[in-house]
Amino acid sequence: MDKTTRSESKISTPGVSLMSSMEEVSLSCSTQPSDPKAVYEKPGYKLCSYVDRFIKTDAGFIPVIKSELGKDDLFSTFYVRCGIRRYKYTVTPGFYGIGTPDKNSEVLVTANFKLTFDHLRKELNGVNAWILVLDTKGVNVWCAAGKGTFSTMELVKRVKECSLEKVVDHKRVIVPQLGATGVSARDVKKQSGFRVIYGPVRANDIPAFLKNNKKADKKMRQATFTIYERFILIPVEIQTILKPAFITALVLLIIAGIGPGIFSFSQIWERVMISILALVSGILSGAFLTPLLLPFIPPREFAFKGIIVGSIFSILFLIAVSSLINGIAGFLALFLFSVTISSFLAMNFTGTTPFTSPSGVEKEMKRYIPAQLGALVISSGLWIYSAF
Amino acid sequence: MEDLKLRHLEDVSTLALDKEQCIGCSLCTEVCPQAVFEMQDNKADIVDFNACMECGACVQNCPSKAISVSPGVG
Repeated sequence: MDKTTRSESKISTPGVSLMSSMEEVSLSCSTQPSDPKAVYEKPGYKLCSYVDRFIKTDAGFIPVIKSELGKDDLFSTFYVRCGIRRYKYTVTPGFYGIGTPDKNSEVLVTANFKLTFDHLRKELNGVNAWILVLDTKGVNVWCAAGKGTFSTMELVKRVKECSLEKVVDHKRVIVPQLGATGVSARDVKKQSGFRVIYGPVRANDIPAFLKNNKKADKKMRQATFTIYERFILIPVEIQTILKPAFITALVLLIIAGIGPGIFSFSQIWERVMISILALVSGILSGAFLTPLLLPFIPPREFAFKGIIVGSIFSILFLIAVSSLINGIAGFLALFLFSVTISSFLAMNFTGTTPFTSPSGVEKEMKRYIPAQLGALVISSGLWIYSAF
Repeated sequence: MEDLKLRHLEDVSTLALDKEQCIGCSLCTEVCPQAVFEMQDNKADIVDFNACMECGACVQNCPSKAISVSPGVG
């Protein structure tokens, strides 16, 4: 996180953000007194669009948020899913309400990644509850729990800071189950007096969980990785490899220049384009097709899955451009290159899944990285050789 | 078709449960996102060892330190 967002979050209060530009002044200088929101107007501040109103409690005014997502939320969700500005997509940590919460309402704990926050509130239509947002530096609950920002310490700190005991009459907080990696229920109880109840894995099970006397059934307790859940992660996966892919393309450009010197410029250009296409074919099969088809590709190892999908995909690709490749060495070089990229990127996807263990990933990497490097060296040799 | 349970490598997890230490609170069965544990005769039991992803939620929440997971830096 950069310095500007940090300093901004220090002076902001939940539900209100500091104005980022002068153009927005017109919003706070609205001349319509009939607008109920005008009550909250303050020079230099503007109300966050997800805040509906404020509610008075013994711990002061608390913003009550909407359960519907607005157009701007949906647009930002789209951008963040594409990897744009996803590390600065935060809400101010602190205490919020939803619906018409009172002293007996449950307290739901969550992370300050806006995607997480939006995902939670859109499932709470008709639910009256308090929402305690922890400062996870804009990271989702599970990853933040693993990183140690969604933690016992942070939860206890927020409970105290927000004077939770003044807002509710009971002594319990509902923590998302995936937050358990970073939270010790016993320590929270010891340090804050509040009992942790682990809620379901998915936010959309919360209404049923609450109705069922805060009991989660087995299905609510298990992480899933459906085709939609995998698909939605692919744009970020591709976005993070754009830079290394571009550098690889530059290297391919240089390699294409190595030759006996009798090539025409257009022949060199052709070789560059074909090798870049092989790269794209590897990226598509390793970072798109393999994640999407994950459970349908037999082997357990991701790297091996990537080899299978990459082989099929690159053979189809090589058949399509076969007229442009001269000799078996060229074919082999492009095939090896494309399959290796696919295998490596498929292995890279282990870090995104909810079922691989660090020990398993380490074992897989130890086994496959040497092979991938070897294949890359052979492929480069063959490709240069094929130019002569 | 999404019923195919996703699996990674077998016999790699560093998960260990000391049944002697278990006090039967069942919190591990609650926090595990992979249904690795089940209660049997008032004690936790590992019923699906290879589903473990070493997230450490059970270790964090076990009140009697009966569970351990020690993945490397991976």
